[in-house]
Amino acid sequence: MTLTKANLIQTVYQNHNLTKAQAAEAVEAFLSIAKNCLIDGDDLLISGFGKFNVKKKKARRGRNPKTGNELILDARQVVTFKPSGLLREKINQGK
Amino acid sequence: MNKSELIEALAQEVNIPLREASPVTNTILETMINALAAGDSIEIRGFGSFVVKEYESYVGRNPKSGISIEVPPKRLPFFKVGKELKERVNDGA
Repeated sequence: MTLTKANLIQTVYQNHNLTKAQAAEAVEAFLSIAKNCLIDGDDLLISGFGKFNVKKKKARRGRNPKTGNELILDARQVVTFKPSGLLREKINQGK
Repeated sequence: MNKSELIEALAQEVNIPLREASPVTNTILETMINALAAGDSIEIRGFGSFVVKEYESYVGRNPKSGISIEVPPKRLPFFKVGKELKERVNDGA
């Protein structure tokens, strides 16, 4: 099974005193706030869940594995996720 | 940004009081945690996806003492950043 945005909206709708439209708006806002935080290059720390870090990678020499040609890989920014201890514990419960 | 700042931003964005934004945030996070705890994956367009990987037990070694130990089986969540977010984070570089 895969959890999607529609499932999140449904759960918010069922558990709070909001209309379906308000629940959808809240979930969309939650996600866009999280996204914009990372887009701004700011780390996102959610206690009990985990942290999303924006890491700056330096430019490096790489190789096209197919042709073997050397090329320069530009500097880039990537998002990494580290699960919190609490999340890891919950995922391993009942194992 | 931390969780309480996220809750404040949510309250402002959708114009609801903090005492509502806070439980709504918890519902979203708990729903995600429960899905992962059940071994399910999460897929959110534009943001990213989470999958739980299962690891078998294996014999590891304490690198300091060299003593072999049995590492128990475990599950770990992995996040893969979505295409849109990946591109937009990189645009800020």
